[in-house]
Amino acid sequence: MRYTAKTISTATSVAALLGTLAFSLPSISIAEDASAIAEGKKIAFNRKKGNCLSCHVIKGGKLAGNIGPALSIEGVAMKDRFPDKSKLRAQIYDSRTANPNTMMPPFGSHEILSDAEIDKVVEFVYSL
Amino acid sequence: MKKVAVIVSALCMLIAPLAGIAANPDQDLKDFRDHFTKKFPSVPLQDFTNGVYSVDKASREQWEAFEDFPPYEIYVDKGEDIFNTPFKNGKTYSSCFPQAEKGIKQNFPYFSEKRGEVVTLEVAINECREKNGEKPLKYKTGKMAHLTAYLAYKSRGHKGNVQIVDSPESMAEYERGKKHFYAKRGQLNMSCADCHYYNAGGKVRADILSPAIGQTSHFPVYRNKWSLANSSGDGMGTLHRRYGGCNKQVRAKPFKAQSAEYRALEYFHTYMSNGLTMNGPGVRK
Ligand code: HEC
Ligand code: HEC
Repeated sequence: MRYTAKTISTATSVAALLGTLAFSLPSISIAEDASAIAEGKKIAFNRKKGNCLSCHVIKGGKLAGNIGPALSIEGVAMKDRFPDKSKLRAQIYDSRTANPNTMMPPFGSHEILSDAEIDKVVEFVYSL
Repeated sequence: MKKVAVIVSALCMLIAPLAGIAANPDQDLKDFRDHFTKKFPSVPLQDFTNGVYSVDKASREQWEAFEDFPPYEIYVDKGEDIFNTPFKNGKTYSSCFPQAEKGIKQNFPYFSEKRGEVVTLEVAINECREKNGEKPLKYKTGKMAHLTAYLAYKSRGHKGNVQIVDSPESMAEYERGKKHFYAKRGQLNMSCADCHYYNAGGKVRADILSPAIGQTSHFPVYRNKWSLANSSGDGMGTLHRRYGGCNKQVRAKPFKAQSAEYRALEYFHTYMSNGLTMNGPGVRK
């Protein structure tokens, strides 16, 4: 929930600054979530960024590889595969924590993606 | 004193098997082969010399059509011309490579005890040139690739016959090459083995990964990609050019062509295809 938590807290402080609670907080964060998911998808699909498609089948992506398990599986939500979202983040941040000999790049530890980018990718993958 | 003896013998027991593991190219070769013959039970051993086309039936037909009018043919001819053109001193390459007509590529690389290093065909060619007062050639493209294409062609039909000399210096190079093959490297943290051993036959985006066994039998190769305007050269490239490309793919800094590191890698990598029939030059995507 990293990204969401951050957005909520900024949203809250902005709201506090403006001295108005006219916006309802949940709707702001839902909108933010949707854009995080969309941005996360772009990062995941970008060959120079996540390039996750080189190894994973993901809905909406073309020319996917098959080195890793499909991330979009009909009838199996990512939320069920990773009830604990922080485990999903850990898998993307540094997959070696789960499998020391993994072929999946350590996106966080090797600074392939920034923390903020990883947060967005996590939101995207969690929506699958 | 008794205690010391016990410790010493315990140490020996520890070290002995380790020493055995550290240098056993025969066993490595057997394990390497077994890995691929088990992974691809329907592929005859010799067919691995066809690289990715041994495991990707879909693209094989297209490739076979290519081989009917091979784009490397003119470079084999060019290489033959270069080979037979005398140096300024009147001698030719055959003064260094008297057996070239019969095929010599299968015996490269080899470990020179005298010099304490791995000698590849490319290095031997440049030495021949320098011995005869000529400038060395660049290692990845151009004339070097043409010459080796010709020599590879002459070696067709011979079986890979790399000898791993049983000396500490030679074994150290062999081990260095083996380590390079299995070591994770680059920002993406991948080894040659990740792509061409464990996941051979798998798909990275639309690319099918060739098995490491048989990868060296057909070099140099003509690649469409290497013939494009934004690429250097005319399509032909040497094995070390490919090594550099694969290192770059994982965002690792490539070593220089014919660096000690790549020569060691070639020593190990080519030995793993011993017994497979030479079929260079090749054509690849
Ligand atoms: C070079 C290959 C490769 C790339 C690129 C790659 N992965 Fe992976 N991924 C794997 C492999 C292989 C596994 C299986 C587990 C293992 O071996 O570590 C895996 C596992 C996963 C899992 C766990 C799936 C499960 O159900 O257990 C997730 C989630 C995941 N990857 C997400 C991503 C995301 C997101 C990206 C891009 C930012 C990405 N991967 C890029 C190879 C890759
Ligand atoms: C990220 C995956 C990846 C890694 C890591 C990788 N390669 Fe490759 N390699 C490829 C792809 C894709 C190709 C083109 C398809 C093919 O022939 O396998 C290729 C092709 C090759 C070829 C040409 C095969 C032929 O038949 O002409 C050689 C040789 C080769 N790689 C050696 C290596 C070596 C040695 C290393 C380690 C230094 C390495 N590769 C690391 C992906 C990789």
